[in-house]
Amino acid sequence: MIKVRDLSKNYGDVEAVKSINFEIQDGEVVGFLGENGAGKTTALKMITGYLVPTSGMVEVNDLNINDHALEIQSQIGYLPELNPLYPEMTVYEYLEFIANLRKISGKRFRDALSSVVDKCGLQGVVHKQISSCSKGYKQRIGLAGSMIHDPKILILDEPVTGLDPNQIVEIRGLIKSLGREKLVLMSSHILQEIQATVDRIMIIHQGEIVANGTNEELMSNFRGNTLLNLEVKNANENSLKDLSIAVPNMNVVNVEERTGHHVIKIEYGQEVDPREDLFNYAVKSGWAILKMTPTTTDLEDIFRKLTTEDKANA
Amino acid sequence: MHNTRTIFLREIRSFFNSPMAYIFLVIFAIFNGYFFTSTFFLYNQSDLRSLFSVVPMVYLIFIPAISMGLIAREKNIGTMETIATLPLKTYEFVLGKYLAVISLILVGLVATIIHLFTLMKFGSKIDYGALLTGYIGLALVGSMYASIGTFASSITDNQVVAFIIGVFIVLIFFLMGFFLPLIPSSFAGIIQYLSVDYHYSNISRGVIDSRNLVYFLSVIGFFLVLTVQSLELRKWQ
Repeated sequence: MIKVRDLSKNYGDVEAVKSINFEIQDGEVVGFLGENGAGKTTALKMITGYLVPTSGMVEVNDLNINDHALEIQSQIGYLPELNPLYPEMTVYEYLEFIANLRKISGKRFRDALSSVVDKCGLQGVVHKQISSCSKGYKQRIGLAGSMIHDPKILILDEPVTGLDPNQIVEIRGLIKSLGREKLVLMSSHILQEIQATVDRIMIIHQGEIVANGTNEELMSNFRGNTLLNLEVKNANENSLKDLSIAVPNMNVVNVEERTGHHVIKIEYGQEVDPREDLFNYAVKSGWAILKMTPTTTDLEDIFRKLTTEDKANA
Repeated sequence: MHNTRTIFLREIRSFFNSPMAYIFLVIFAIFNGYFFTSTFFLYNQSDLRSLFSVVPMVYLIFIPAISMGLIAREKNIGTMETIATLPLKTYEFVLGKYLAVISLILVGLVATIIHLFTLMKFGSKIDYGALLTGYIGLALVGSMYASIGTFASSITDNQVVAFIIGVFIVLIFFLMGFFLPLIPSSFAGIIQYLSVDYHYSNISRGVIDSRNLVYFLSVIGFFLVLTVQSLELRKWQ
């Protein structure tokens, strides 16, 4: 379990992370979503002990990072953002080096090697030099290195950045399968990536967590009004004027006259759906409905709204 | 020691898997061989004085060159982040790197034993004690410069900058003794004690004094502690 309380990090005068709080339980796959520079990587670096927080606390499996960094690091597998590797080493040498530093050798190493090679699909490149492997393989090698000790907690910083669509699907599948047995905390600035991979999303913006929940929870908490696009024929001025009075719980945003028909934009809240009343009013007024298309807010809109509000206000 | 050994072995493998170690050893041997043989027969003395005086000068460039990438490269390619998030103490990492450079220096010194065979072939009444202490002196100077090179490599992610800083610091220690006549007498004692040449010349004459050993071990310890501290500081950036 990871517990973060009032965690902050300043780089000089810049507040990269501002007093964030969250908890992640074992077996959860959680995604940190935010724009570049939002504070995702800094937060992950503090959880892994690479950076010391300016203030606040990180607890991993009830151990405080300030007092038990090495114990926590032995329980965590971490894939840094740029997936640094030693290009001159072979895949085998690299994994053996990492395993040795995690006190895994002999038969335990052979078993661990065969497990990560299998999980990460590294068959065929084990004795290849890392510099000659493709980017997709390098990402898998980094991932294999981070899980050679079979950690219960995996922290992956932008694990699919720079991969082609097929490689993204492969790595995504791998992370999902790992999530069945491990706590996985991954970061990404790509919404679709996070949405397709994780159980819970934390949106971080300018160092603060502005949303935290499952896809459905975020949708229900942050969904704004529905915008309805209504195209009708035979509508006269009077019936159009009376529309907002006749049908309650909605606002007419705009009425546009086009050749032979009208396009009406209507907005309504989540509580009541006025479409049936609208239909009845249209029939009563002799309108022919050509199209009725509701547009609801999706996660992308929510993300955009949450991460651009300050810029717009600025 | 397990982690130190792992880091040490990786570094040694990295040296010998790249041209670095071979270039160092070959050029080191050529330099020392040239300067040794050019004066050996002129002196007409059964010792390795010319070798013992030229190696510390060759060190000035060579040791910063082989140690410049030790930590700077890890920082540059980003593997420092992987290392720093493994259950590994910073001093184990620094020690592993440092011992790898010393090993390479010792291999270079072992290669100069060929000159000892030349001496044994042509010389007579050889003072083997002085030869042994001469080699111990060279090993100590090499170890001291290596600790400086390791420190220089830890404060930047640019190998060229690390090299320049390394050369600059070892030059200060090397040249200190030469400026003694220009220094006020109240400071002369301190400057003389800090000068590497003062301690090395004592040892290479066949006298191993504990003061000389304390000097070398203190400077080595000082720069290794500084290296550990400079890496630890990163966490607080």
